[in-house]
Amino acid sequence: MAKMTKEEVIEVAHLARLAITDEEAVHFAEQLEAITNAMELLNELDTDNVVPTTHVLPLVNVLREDKAEAGLPRETVLKNVKEHEAGQVKVPTILE
Amino acid sequence: MNFETIIGLEVHVELKTESKMFSPSPAHFGAEPNTNTNEIDLGYPGVLPVVNKTAVDWAMKAALALNCEITRHTKFDRKNYFYPDNPKAYQISQFDQPIGENGWIEIEVNGEKKRIGITRLHMEEDAGKLTHTDKGYSLVDYNRQGTPLIEIVSEPDIRTADEAYAYLEKIKAIIQYTGVSDVRMEEGSLRCDANISLRPFGQEQFGTKTELKNLNSFNYVRRGIEHEQIRQEQVLLSGGIIPQETRRYDEATGKTVLMRVKEGSDDYRYFPEPDLVDIVIDDAWIERVRAEIPELPDARKARYVAELGLSPYDAMVLTLAKPISDFFEATTAAGADAKLVSNWLMGEVSAYLNAEQKELSETALTPEGLAGMIKLIADGTISSKIAKKVFRELIEKGGDANDIVKAKGLVQISDEGVLREYVTNTLDANPQSIEDFKNGKDRAVGFLIGLIMKATKGQANPPLLNKILLEEINKR
Repeated sequence: MAKMTKEEVIEVAHLARLAITDEEAVHFAEQLEAITNAMELLNELDTDNVVPTTHVLPLVNVLREDKAEAGLPRETVLKNVKEHEAGQVKVPTILE
Repeated sequence: MNFETIIGLEVHVELKTESKMFSPSPAHFGAEPNTNTNEIDLGYPGVLPVVNKTAVDWAMKAALALNCEITRHTKFDRKNYFYPDNPKAYQISQFDQPIGENGWIEIEVNGEKKRIGITRLHMEEDAGKLTHTDKGYSLVDYNRQGTPLIEIVSEPDIRTADEAYAYLEKIKAIIQYTGVSDVRMEEGSLRCDANISLRPFGQEQFGTKTELKNLNSFNYVRRGIEHEQIRQEQVLLSGGIIPQETRRYDEATGKTVLMRVKEGSDDYRYFPEPDLVDIVIDDAWIERVRAEIPELPDARKARYVAELGLSPYDAMVLTLAKPISDFFEATTAAGADAKLVSNWLMGEVSAYLNAEQKELSETALTPEGLAGMIKLIADGTISSKIAKKVFRELIEKGGDANDIVKAKGLVQISDEGVLREYVTNTLDANPQSIEDFKNGKDRAVGFLIGLIMKATKGQANPPLLNKILLEEINKR
């Protein structure tokens, strides 16, 4: 049975930029552990000859022709933007 | 202790399709900021991306040209990350089933040939472009968001900065020949990151690598690797360890500086892209794409050596860039001698393009124009010296070499009688030079030839003039 720690939950929450409290982290750790343990039951099945399923639809090769259509007007693109300058979106500088 | 440098390169190439990888918005460089995006690029809820068929064809074409095996069942995956250049907070990429794997290319450094493996080639989408201001904020243009990209990952087979340079030149040439990208580093349609590690000679296990970013030209790649090599060696020799980290090459100082400690691929939480179904590729599809691949640089180079008698070096230089190679072919097809065409392209033409910072296509020179001029040199109508004047006219204004020579009265004077008259008159007017010559001063000949060339506006046939002058001066 896999153990899910509070630290792992905090780490995953950080990667997803979710703000959670310590109490929530403990609470979610318990819930996630129950879920991952339930998933581990599947390991009992022999899946050696089963192709991994990435989609349930019986569809492949959905492609479109390479034809360009005009983009949205810039006013529309910038409509929900908090701040912009010279047609560009203003964001805090984050140097990686 | 002596160290061996292990280098692997990741090259990103933007495909020059009409539309984006997963949306129909235009995928062109140079548009007004934020005018080439739509709801799909911007990641609005409820939108459905659809794969661009041409982008898949072209990724396959590049993979085949790089000798990759094509994955028959390929798929897209979602790579999650937060950075302001990407409004969706994820990039659609390929994780474990890239379209191409196990390829290779051959490079040549100092006459030594070497095969460099290509681990994988996968399809993905580009992000927007961030411009950092000095006022504490950055500006984002999302036009590039969603542009089709291929990422080409090399095996850690590269050992020196020169090999890295040669690898990049070769990748660039091959992709350019396939026609799927402009591969212009200055416009960002070709980008490169380098992974570098050191290990003591003889050790099998690799050392810890650092990833080098912000390499904006092939020369910076070379210099960045050279610097990083020395830096790691110094750290290791002083008993330190190299942490796995991403470093930025600083063009101003030529040094590498720490950007961040590298995140593992787990942190990206890849999962199969739920909005896109898998792609299944059959033989017919592969063969259709394979048939569209033109003759590649190595094949052309071999042909130039075997059939046209060019030196391997000249053939290599001529085939490095497709526009030059195509121009060479068209000029020889127009009837000019291959070696002369090669000399002119690598000499005057290349010097002109470097001096003017222009592409061949931005000049007025045509293959017919150059061929016409070379034929005039070959049949003695103009001298090589005069040809330089004609060439200047051809590359700046275009036209036909014959017309230029006639209009400007540049035809070479090869009439013995006419030349002899110039010689006699010049000798008559310069008794001192004859005297100097008799006293063993050979420079006098050069002086007299200069005078006659000036008098004939440079049109005297040089070997003939030389011969007549010596005849006449010895008679005196």
